[in-house]
Amino acid sequence: MVKNVLVLADVRRGTLRRVTGEMLAAARRVAGSGQVAVALLGHGVQPLADSLGAAGADTVYVVDAPELAQYTPDGYHKALWACLQACQPDLVLLAHSAIGRDVAPRLAMRWGAGQISDVVAVEAAGDDLVCTRPIYAGKAWTKVRFQTGSMVVTVRPNNLPVSTAAEARAGTVVPLRVTWTPADLRTVVQEVVAKASGGVDLAEAKIVVSGGRGVKSAEGFKPLYELAEVLGAAVGASRGACDAGYCDYALQIGQTGKVVTPDLYIACGISGAIQHLAGMSNSKVIVAINKDPEAPIFQIADYGIVGDLFEVVPLLTQAFKAALAGQR
Amino acid sequence: MNILVCLKQTFDTEERIVLKDGRIQEDGVKFVINPYDEYAVEEAVRLKEQHGGQVTLLCVGPSRCEEALRTALAMGADEALLADDPALWGDEYTVAKVLAAMARTRPFDLILAGSQAVDDGSGQVAIRLAEELDIPHIGTVLKLEVAGQQVTAHRDAEGDVEVVRGQLPLLVTAQQGLNEPRYPSLLGIRRASKKEIEHHTLASLGLQAEDIRPRTEVISTYLPPAKQAGRILQGDLAQQVEELVHALCDVEKVVG
Repeated sequence: MVKNVLVLADVRRGTLRRVTGEMLAAARRVAGSGQVAVALLGHGVQPLADSLGAAGADTVYVVDAPELAQYTPDGYHKALWACLQACQPDLVLLAHSAIGRDVAPRLAMRWGAGQISDVVAVEAAGDDLVCTRPIYAGKAWTKVRFQTGSMVVTVRPNNLPVSTAAEARAGTVVPLRVTWTPADLRTVVQEVVAKASGGVDLAEAKIVVSGGRGVKSAEGFKPLYELAEVLGAAVGASRGACDAGYCDYALQIGQTGKVVTPDLYIACGISGAIQHLAGMSNSKVIVAINKDPEAPIFQIADYGIVGDLFEVVPLLTQAFKAALAGQR
Repeated sequence: MNILVCLKQTFDTEERIVLKDGRIQEDGVKFVINPYDEYAVEEAVRLKEQHGGQVTLLCVGPSRCEEALRTALAMGADEALLADDPALWGDEYTVAKVLAAMARTRPFDLILAGSQAVDDGSGQVAIRLAEELDIPHIGTVLKLEVAGQQVTAHRDAEGDVEVVRGQLPLLVTAQQGLNEPRYPSLLGIRRASKKEIEHHTLASLGLQAEDIRPRTEVISTYLPPAKQAGRILQGDLAQQVEELVHALCDVEKVVG
C-alpha cells in the first residue's frame, strides 16, 4: 500500500514543467492521508520551491548545487537518493522525460524496486497500485501492478489531470546538503548544443503539425513550421521524412521515435504506415492532409482534406491566423 | 576492446497486434532485432573494426531469439549467449539481473544496448544493468567516439544534444540515428551459421530464483478501441479549409 510518495520535479531550462503538477496530483490521490514530498534538484532552482506547496507537496527537499547545473546520471542519482533517504517513500514518481527516464532505472535497481515506465494512469486498487501503460507504442495496453513495497513509476507528460487548489499543502522547504567527489561524477557534460527549434516541446505540445514523405524536402517543412508558429504547435515527422533526410530524427513520431498524445495532430503528406500510427493514433483529434484519397491515414483521421499539402497548409495558416486574431 | 551488446528480439514494427485469451499472438509474426539494439550491434562492430577486440551478444528470451543472434553474428559479432531457460525470464529487474550474471562471465570494456525496445518500450533494462555492474552510463547516444580509455558521446536530450565524456568501462544506450546498420554479407551469414550459441540456465549462471524474482506483474493486456474513420471534407478547397478551422476552433475546441 502506498503511504508516502516522493516526486522528482521535472525542470527544463530553469522552469518547472507541467508534468510536475500532474505527478503531484497523482501522488495526492494515491497517498491518501500519507505524505507527499518533492525532490527539487538543480542549480539556482531554490525559487521554484515556493510554488510546490500549492500544487500539493507537504515537503520540498531542495538539493541546489553547481554539480547539478547539467543533468548527469551520477549527480542526480546521488541527490535523489539523499531525498529518498530523508523521506522514506513507498513510491517515487518521475516524468518519462530525458532526465526521468535516464535516472529512474538506476534508482530502482539500487533500491531493489520495481519500475513501471511511461504510465498514463495510476490508481490505488485495494492494496495494489495499478498502472496503465502502452506497449508496442500504443498498439496495445497493459495494466501492471507491483509485487514489492518499493515502487518507481515514470509518468508520460500530458496524460494525468493536474492539481486543483483544494489539494494545496504546506510545502515546507527542506534544503539537503549533498557533496560529490570528482570520482563520484563518472560522466561530465562538456557542452550543450541546443537544437530543439521553436521551443515547443514535442512531448508536451497540445498541437503537433507533422510531415511525411509528401513534404518532399527539408525546404518543404517551411510551410509546416509557419502553421505551427500560428498554432503554438510543435513540429514532428514520420520515419519516411527522417530517413529521406528532410529533418532530424529528434522529430520522428512512431514506434521507433516519439509517441505523442496531443489534443490536435495535423498529419501533412503522411500516408500512415502502421509504425507511424502507433506513435500518434491516441491523439484527441486527428487531421490528415494527403493527395492520395486511399492513404491509410484517412482511416483514423477525424477530418481529412484530399489535396496538395503545399496548397492546403498555407491556406490553413492564413485561416487560423484570421480566426485567432478574431478571438483576441 | 571487448564489447558486450544486449539484444532483444521484437516484432517487426509493421506488425499488427492480435490478442487471443488476453495474450499477444506470435503465429506468423515477423521477428527482427529490436531496431534500437541493431544500432548497438552496428556500433560495436564498427568499434571492433577500428580498435580490434571481441563483440559478445547477450540475450534473454526463448529459442526463437537464435535467429536474431545469428543475424547479429552475421553483421560481425563474434559470439552469442542466450538465456533461454524460462526460469530466467521476468520483468525488467529480472532481465537486468540475468544480463549482469552473463556479463560477469566475460571481460568487458564497453557495453552497448538500445535505449529502449519497440515492444515494451520501458527503457529500463540497460540502465539497470549499468547500476547492477556499478559502471557509469550515457543514455540515448547519437554519436560515439572511443580513444584509449576516453569516451565522448553525443546524447539526445529532448532535441538538445549534450556532449558527454566518461571513461571505460561504461555502458551506452543507442538512440535512433547513431549509425546506419549494415546488411549482413553472404560470408558473414555463412560464418555465423557455424557458430555455437552458448545457452544459459538458472544453474549455469549460479543464480537462485529468489535473486531474480520479478518486482512487477502484468494483470491484463488489451487493445485500444478501434478508431473510427472521420469525415473527408467536401467542396472547393477554400470551403474545406473554412469548415476545418471552424470545426477545430468552435466544435472540437482544440485551437485557441
